[in-house]
Amino acid sequence: MNQSLIIIPLLPLIGFLLNGLFLGRLNKRLISIIACGSVGLSFLWGVKLFFQLLSMPENARVIEEVAFTWIPSGEFVVNFGFLFDPLSAVMVLVVSGVSFIIHLYSIGYMHEDPGYGRYFTYLNLFVFSMLTLVLANNYLLMFVGWEGVGLCSYLLIGFWFEKKSAADAGKKAFIVNRIGDFGFILGLFIIFWQTGSLDFGMVFNKAPEVFVIGSGLITAATLLLFLGATGKSAQIPLYIWLPDAMEGPTPVSALIHAATMVTAGVYMIARSNVLFMMAPTTLLVVAVIGIATALLAATIALAQNDIKRVLAYSTISQLGYMFTACGVAAFAAGIFHLMTHAFFKALLFLGSGSVIHALAGQQDMRYMGGLKKHMPTTYITFLIATLAIAGIPGLSGFFSKDEILWKAFSSDYGSPWIWFTALFTALMTAFYMFRLVFLTFFGEERMDHHAKEHLHESPKIMTVPLAILAILAVIGGYIGIPHVLGGGNQFEKFLEPVMKGLPSSGGGEQALASSGYSASTELGLMIGSVILILISIYLAYYLYLKNIALVGRIRESISGIHKIIYGKFFVDEMYGALIVRPLVGGSVFLWKIVDVILIDGVLNGLAILIGDLSLGVRKMQSGTLRRYTTIFLIGVIIIVGYFALR
Amino acid sequence: MVPMPHYLIVSALLFSIGIAGVILSRNLIIMFMSIELMLNSANLAIITFSRFLNLMDGHVFVFLVMAVAAAEAAVGLALIITIFRNRGTIDADKFNLLKW
Repeated sequence: MNQSLIIIPLLPLIGFLLNGLFLGRLNKRLISIIACGSVGLSFLWGVKLFFQLLSMPENARVIEEVAFTWIPSGEFVVNFGFLFDPLSAVMVLVVSGVSFIIHLYSIGYMHEDPGYGRYFTYLNLFVFSMLTLVLANNYLLMFVGWEGVGLCSYLLIGFWFEKKSAADAGKKAFIVNRIGDFGFILGLFIIFWQTGSLDFGMVFNKAPEVFVIGSGLITAATLLLFLGATGKSAQIPLYIWLPDAMEGPTPVSALIHAATMVTAGVYMIARSNVLFMMAPTTLLVVAVIGIATALLAATIALAQNDIKRVLAYSTISQLGYMFTACGVAAFAAGIFHLMTHAFFKALLFLGSGSVIHALAGQQDMRYMGGLKKHMPTTYITFLIATLAIAGIPGLSGFFSKDEILWKAFSSDYGSPWIWFTALFTALMTAFYMFRLVFLTFFGEERMDHHAKEHLHESPKIMTVPLAILAILAVIGGYIGIPHVLGGGNQFEKFLEPVMKGLPSSGGGEQALASSGYSASTELGLMIGSVILILISIYLAYYLYLKNIALVGRIRESISGIHKIIYGKFFVDEMYGALIVRPLVGGSVFLWKIVDVILIDGVLNGLAILIGDLSLGVRKMQSGTLRRYTTIFLIGVIIIVGYFALR
Repeated sequence: MVPMPHYLIVSALLFSIGIAGVILSRNLIIMFMSIELMLNSANLAIITFSRFLNLMDGHVFVFLVMAVAAAEAAVGLALIITIFRNRGTIDADKFNLLKW
């Protein structure tokens, strides 16, 4: 079974090439078959390899293969190699699986769009890049995928490029990501400088020898890697591009800006856990940034009226959760949440897409309401996803979120205040998500007459993916039931071979005992948080269904704060004033003063001077043969005279 | 025997007459003949040195130059005839299109 890993990313690449090269010459049916088929087969191949992996002994679950040597340059060798271990396996299945579902959904959502072929071409290119990212066996190839998904993100955010806001949003995402990427590259430089390799296996083997734990060098390297992650995964201070990314088609928001691409940063940190575990300072920074992002984004989400924007901030907030998990050294919990989040957030976005589709493009929740009876499938699946993200027991979100909360509380790197902030954020999450549900699906119908006539449940091709995702959002958590609830936390055990940076826990009971907390503490915290979440949901119910007038009064009384939150804390404006404006001002100075006046002035001045001088001199070239001869003769006489009289 | 300076003075005189002819005349034929004159004044100088230094090299050179001069005369005259056919004149001062 040689060279079988490359098939996973190769299939979407073939789909991309077919759709891209024959753009405009294929009919929609064929485009859909090529696009969905390639991703679907890729998923099936991933499943096959996953079972192959499961059949291997627990500590040797690695398939690694090198397609060819990519950069042989003296000491520096980079292979075009792929690595399939438990972590990659999870990512491959999530990425290709969710992508496949969203490809199917897109067939329905995009069927009227003139850019149908272009859309699926980009989408396939994205899947290819993302699979390369998660399958790479070295940092450089990972970076290729990293940049590839960035490019696709840009192309797809600006998919409707005739709209200026969409084109701008694409540009913003690309530029902000560039800042993060620059950190990522610098981090790679340090790693290569110290370990002499970029290969995951080599780096992680050598790292303990060349880096001193907690030294400045490893801290700098990991902080730079983390900077890359903040760009791609929308964390403070580089999260500002994600809300604007909602300008793209909704399935794109679901796939790229919620379920898969934005989790690349979390994956990268989990992959580099060996390095991060050697830099406690970085871990603290990761945890603090993660929890701060989670809190900030949840706060902003409370006051937004655009359905996709609420979900965008919710995504940022949930990504913050994953980083918090990584920051308290609970990488497996972060990846667990990444996976469940991929299911329910993709579902939420696709659900909102279905709503927007039904309302002919309306995204403002103030003009929705009462959709429950018009779109029952969308409503039920959306409700399931909301319950999952809120952390209601029995659904996937509960297990992963609770795992993170518990780790934040009990881990050696965690602390009660991180736990408390995370819990508070969870309460806000439940509140704003149910606010969204109540405003959209319940209450009176606030859309205008025209939209009301247009109302319809989405076609099967859109509702079936919703149903599949809903099932996943329910059962996705059962692979990681914590020990206190009688599960074996299979997920964490499965990932354990990858987490070489962590001291081997050797089974759950000992881990629990060593962390110094009893099972009853964990159970107590779990029940407490569930009760608080239920209260917070009731609060949303009371405010947005029972007593809407009260909301208005509250908004009045805190209008100042509301304005700040509604304006997203004016972070965009602050960046605009602090970074963009000085940059633009400086560029205008360079352009108008330095370039136009100084450089052009000097050059044009020289040219004019020479031109004027030659006006006189050029008269010498009269075209008269005899004058030339005379001058030639004079020249000869002077030269001969010089040599004769010397 | 005539001493060497006499030959050289004749050569220099011929050369000067040639230069004067090229510079002062406007007729292409005369200019062309003047150039031939300068060429032959150089030949005379070479032969002189060859004779007085008892070397045969100069003689060989001069024969070569005369052969080239014959070919060159044919080409030059052909050019002048073509110019005359095109422009109707062989006045060198009229041919001043190639200037600033």
